[in-house]
Amino acid sequence: MANKNSEALKQPMWANNPVLVQILGICSALAVTAQLKPAIVMGLSVTIIVAMANVIISLLRKTIPNRIRIIIQLVVVAALVTIVSEILKAFAYDVSVQLSVYVGLIITNCILMGRLEAFAMQNGPWASFLDGIGNGLGYAAILIVVAFVRELFGSGTLFGFQIVPQCWYEAGYLNNGLMIMPPMALVLVGCVIWFHRAKNKDLQEN
Amino acid sequence: MATKKFKCKVCGYVHEGDKAPEKCPVCSAPASEFEELAAEKKGLNTNSNVYTILYAAVMVVIVAFLLVFVSQTLKERQTANVINDTKQQILSALNLRDQADVAATYDKVITADALMQPNGKLVQYEGDFNTSYKSEFDNGNFHVFVADIDGERKFVIPMNGLGLWGTIWGYIALNEDRTTVYGVYFSHSSETPGLGGEIAGTKFQDRFPGKSVVADDEVALKVVKYGKATPGSQYEIDGVTGATITSTGVNAMINKVLTAYIPFLTKQCCKEGGCEEGNEECCEEHNVESND
Repeated sequence: MANKNSEALKQPMWANNPVLVQILGICSALAVTAQLKPAIVMGLSVTIIVAMANVIISLLRKTIPNRIRIIIQLVVVAALVTIVSEILKAFAYDVSVQLSVYVGLIITNCILMGRLEAFAMQNGPWASFLDGIGNGLGYAAILIVVAFVRELFGSGTLFGFQIVPQCWYEAGYLNNGLMIMPPMALVLVGCVIWFHRAKNKDLQEN
Repeated sequence: MATKKFKCKVCGYVHEGDKAPEKCPVCSAPASEFEELAAEKKGLNTNSNVYTILYAAVMVVIVAFLLVFVSQTLKERQTANVINDTKQQILSALNLRDQADVAATYDKVITADALMQPNGKLVQYEGDFNTSYKSEFDNGNFHVFVADIDGERKFVIPMNGLGLWGTIWGYIALNEDRTTVYGVYFSHSSETPGLGGEIAGTKFQDRFPGKSVVADDEVALKVVKYGKATPGSQYEIDGVTGATITSTGVNAMINKVLTAYIPFLTKQCCKEGGCEEGNEECCEEHNVESND
């Protein structure tokens, strides 16, 4: 059992990564990765919300009527996100300002529904909690990698601090404007998936 | 209750009894082809209509009460945070960013929250501190904050407009001459991070101080496409690279709001007479000393 739990935590980090293998949460991965800071904020928020929603759905799983289970999952997620955002507004106003745009994106993130439906409906609360943490962190890791590349080459900064020295610009170096656009994020995610498939031969399709 | 159910895997025939029949009476399959059906669950049938409807109803009621409870208990703190944040934004326009004690600095620096009258006069605003200057603007309440920075008077005007994806807002601080920009602050609800979102950054906002707002009784301050500003121009400011629509939105916002403030900016009431030369204080009826 302990082994199964640690699998629930570790699998989504790499071998069954939600973004790379399940191809979930792509839309938000494109939207928030122009800079590192929002990417990290988004990754952490999703981690916390998936873990909490997974636990709640897992506790309710034996009582949920089959026909309206998706609606119940959605209600739980939406209520959870709203409550968390209200609490942040009251006790951590700065964070809530940071999150403003992303709160809506968290509710619609397919990772949440995907994990609730595929894992929490069949497993106990503790395993579901670990699964939520694992998937959230696996998602955050991809966001951070993509945001790192996009911010460095798109704006010449990291966390808003100038990295590319001024003398490069004077020598004719230009920031890559395409990096800031969402299509480039898709290309980068594609590159990460390529690398991931090359390392995981069993995932390759013929 | 004691009988078990066995289903033939070949034809689907269901046999009731203690064990599987030796031969299926329908298709003659042997006993090994039979599998036991799980006994039906006792208690609630979670698939019945009544259960489903009740479950949904109870769920909705619980969630609704939970949300109302959370929202009500936290409202006071949230309002306080919003007021604090608005004050910080006003101070940011005066280049006092990231204050540790916002309320204290605000009380020290801002000497009056005034309303502009149609003739450009400022009259003390009587009411609670406002946090929505969009509705105030739409209702014809034109706020002007009078500030005192090291003995010099500054005026802060709140602005509202539309960016690419949502609303944008900001504050512009003017020197006592009512035309030279002292500082600005912009923020946005949902502009693209790294592109339009850069209007909230100091890199863009630092282009404003020193520029002039008014020329020939009209708003002359302009945000133009990045790189298109005439070098040395008093009125033109480079927009944000790659964020033309957001920059245009900032331009439209400045134009719309400041046009409404023209009577104040051009000291119209002084021109209409009643002011002695050099004594423009008569245009302000608020008590500047009151908040010291």
